Amino acid sequence: MKFGSGIILAGGLWYVAVMGAAFAVDEPFRQHMWIAAFVLAAFTIALMRKTSFEPQPPVDDNTYMDEPIRYGVIATVFWGVVGFLVGVVIAIQLAFPDLNFEPWLNFGRARPLHTSAVIFAFGGNALIATSFYVVQRTCRARLFGGDMVWFVFWGYQFFIIMAATGYLLGITQSREYAEPEWYVDLWLTIVWVVYLVVFMGTLLRRREPHIYVANWFYLSFIITIAMLHVINNLAIPISFAGSKSYSAFSGVQDAVTQWWYGHNAVAFFLTVPFLAMMYYFVPKQVDRPIYSYRLSIVHFWSIIFLYIWAGPHHLHYTAVPDWAQTLGMVFSIMLWMPSWGGMINGLMTLSGRWDAIRTDPIVRLMVAAMAFYGMATFEGPMLSIKSVNSLSHYTDWTIAHVHAGALGWNGMITFAAVYFLAPRLWGRERLYSIRMVNWHFWLATLGIVLYASSMWVSGIMQGLMWREYDEQGFLVYSFAETVAAMHPYYVMRVSGGLFYLAGGFLMAWNVYQTIRGRVRNETPMGMALPPRGAAMQPAQ
Amino acid sequence: MEVYTAMRHFADSWGLLAMTLFFIGAILFAFRPGSRSLADEAARIPLKDD
Amino acid sequence: MSFLNNHTKLEKSATWLLIASLAVVTVGGIVEIAPLFYLQNTIEKVEGMRPYTPLELAGRDIYVREGCYTCHSQMIRPFRDEVERYGHYSLAAESMYDHSFQWGSKRTGPDLARVGQRYSNEWHVQHLIAPRSVVPESVMPNYAFLKDTPLDVNTASMKLTANRRVGVPYTDEMIANATADMRAQANPEADTKGLETRYPKVKVGNFDGDKTTLTEMDALVAYLQMLGTLVDFSTYDESAGYR
Repeated sequence: MKFGSGIILAGGLWYVAVMGAAFAVDEPFRQHMWIAAFVLAAFTIALMRKTSFEPQPPVDDNTYMDEPIRYGVIATVFWGVVGFLVGVVIAIQLAFPDLNFEPWLNFGRARPLHTSAVIFAFGGNALIATSFYVVQRTCRARLFGGDMVWFVFWGYQFFIIMAATGYLLGITQSREYAEPEWYVDLWLTIVWVVYLVVFMGTLLRRREPHIYVANWFYLSFIITIAMLHVINNLAIPISFAGSKSYSAFSGVQDAVTQWWYGHNAVAFFLTVPFLAMMYYFVPKQVDRPIYSYRLSIVHFWSIIFLYIWAGPHHLHYTAVPDWAQTLGMVFSIMLWMPSWGGMINGLMTLSGRWDAIRTDPIVRLMVAAMAFYGMATFEGPMLSIKSVNSLSHYTDWTIAHVHAGALGWNGMITFAAVYFLAPRLWGRERLYSIRMVNWHFWLATLGIVLYASSMWVSGIMQGLMWREYDEQGFLVYSFAETVAAMHPYYVMRVSGGLFYLAGGFLMAWNVYQTIRGRVRNETPMGMALPPRGAAMQPAQ
Repeated sequence: MEVYTAMRHFADSWGLLAMTLFFIGAILFAFRPGSRSLADEAARIPLKDD
Repeated sequence: MSFLNNHTKLEKSATWLLIASLAVVTVGGIVEIAPLFYLQNTIEKVEGMRPYTPLELAGRDIYVREGCYTCHSQMIRPFRDEVERYGHYSLAAESMYDHSFQWGSKRTGPDLARVGQRYSNEWHVQHLIAPRSVVPESVMPNYAFLKDTPLDVNTASMKLTANRRVGVPYTDEMIANATADMRAQANPEADTKGLETRYPKVKVGNFDGDKTTLTEMDALVAYLQMLGTLVDFSTYDESAGYR
């Protein structure tokens, strides 16, 4: 029976959800379980309508399994737009607080929705989709596991929906970037283990003797995220039918564990696997091997070793022991080297093809992504220096830093990968419009510049105002005055976010038309320019 | 000696030395003569037809 | 030098690659986190720390639920301006019963580590209902619904039990009296002798000004009013606390 296991699994989970709602000990859990039951029922019915009892044709192991990747690309684009949109909404709320709508759409509940949507929904779908694409091509093998691949895709979407609706209902662990509660965490753990099985299984059945370096980055991402997720989310629930749980750790130990996780969400979710994308898609797009494969080996081992130590730099001058803070700082500074080594390796792959920046907007996106990666990985070590951190911590400077990295590096390399994949996955000659990619590039760049510069100014200003003394030795500003001073910058940030969101809509349109098989009638990019001054030749 | 002080001394001396040597070893290893052909071969994997 | 070819093995064996990278990423965590659990000097010896009362704990859960940590820190750093603005720098011991910790990472609003007893209950209630009515510059959302939402008292003892499982020293007596203690703390006319022996320095009061119902506003204000008030700094030895 087609979809047989899917129907049984979704139907079984639906039953669990209804039971959860029936025996819930707290109201948020009851509401959350009803949401789960509704989603699962809809999913089960959809599968049942599509099922058939005809014998299925045997799977040809010599073909690639691309259908889940097509779904993944669509999910990436969809969640990207949603995540950017929620980001714009909460940015507006900070500028105009009357636009908070209690209780569900207050800033405190919507902010985790934004961070999780962009990191885990947009970024996560991009990573799962590209890892499935890259591992098949570089191993010359079909994905291992058959329907398990579909379980990873749909299981991950279910995780996203449960996490997102939970935040709005107020279900959170208050651990940044690990907010979902215990039952959602358990579900993600199952999905993630299956993901690891699919990925490892594909590596093990490869026909290429070497494991290409991009796959190392993907593999270490999968196992490290598994380790971080499980340890950081250790908690005791108040009941198996309750939404609330208490962390296994407290105070100092809890803080260090959480930021060990939190910083490595940046490292092993937003850096390492995105570098895998760089190591595959940049060589493909410019049709040249990576600049130095041996450098990429050093890059890999040094970055995974060093990154895991960097967490305590989020806790400078707190009640965490000094030795841990210092270790975090030293390793963060050392990280600058492998980060730039990797960036140079990616950029130098273009040597001899630099003209592609002019003629190919996808290459332009990639180069900008690597440049922003370089910027963010310089700024990061700088902010981890304790004396700099004493000014920047708790301010918008940190927000500027993460968005330079997230919008610039993660966003742009993902856009490039989406534009690379769309025509190939749907068997189109080319994208619907190359010029729209160029428009997307400029909208995104302008958005980032506006966002980052306004937050740099507001962050540094805020830090300086908090510590400003007058000649009598009194603090000059009350806290409320520093809040009022932020207003113009918060408005500027909204405009930056709107530009970035507009770029996202443009991408969605471009991908949609590509899937439909349309080709926009347009002048190709990067035509040879007329010789300079040609028009000014004197008439003979 | 207190555990903390002992660990601190270790981290400042042998621990540091071991990590430095390991790091230098890893670099030398990656760039050893003879790895070039292997690396060049691996680097071409994505560019083969798909 | 045949051992030099071992990396080739790594490059060609997915299993070895998995094991080696897992080993490499484990080191940092072990060195940084594990010692915190057994080094004696991680948490200072202070007097006055006690577990949260059931009402305070419920208020803390509301603080977590509403994502207050996204804009408010509870960690005063040892700088002159912070100490003058917020009070004595935060000690590790002060969050020893916090599962999870609420140190935060961003100050869109001020630090709250020592906000307890700085403002009246009435101020807090008004500020939570409509922040800009008392602080015009504020960008905080309104939390008026807390005053209309009855507090969930059924889970009080379950919450204490779960906290005991993760190491908070709640006694059987505390767990047995959880619901009663929760009601008593918000009712100035109740007999609070038991509550006060179980939880020294507890602040009793009709926090939200509404005598008829126990609301989420009662719990949140009770929590805010105790923040940073427990440690007795007159007996705290600064030099012994330096790590």
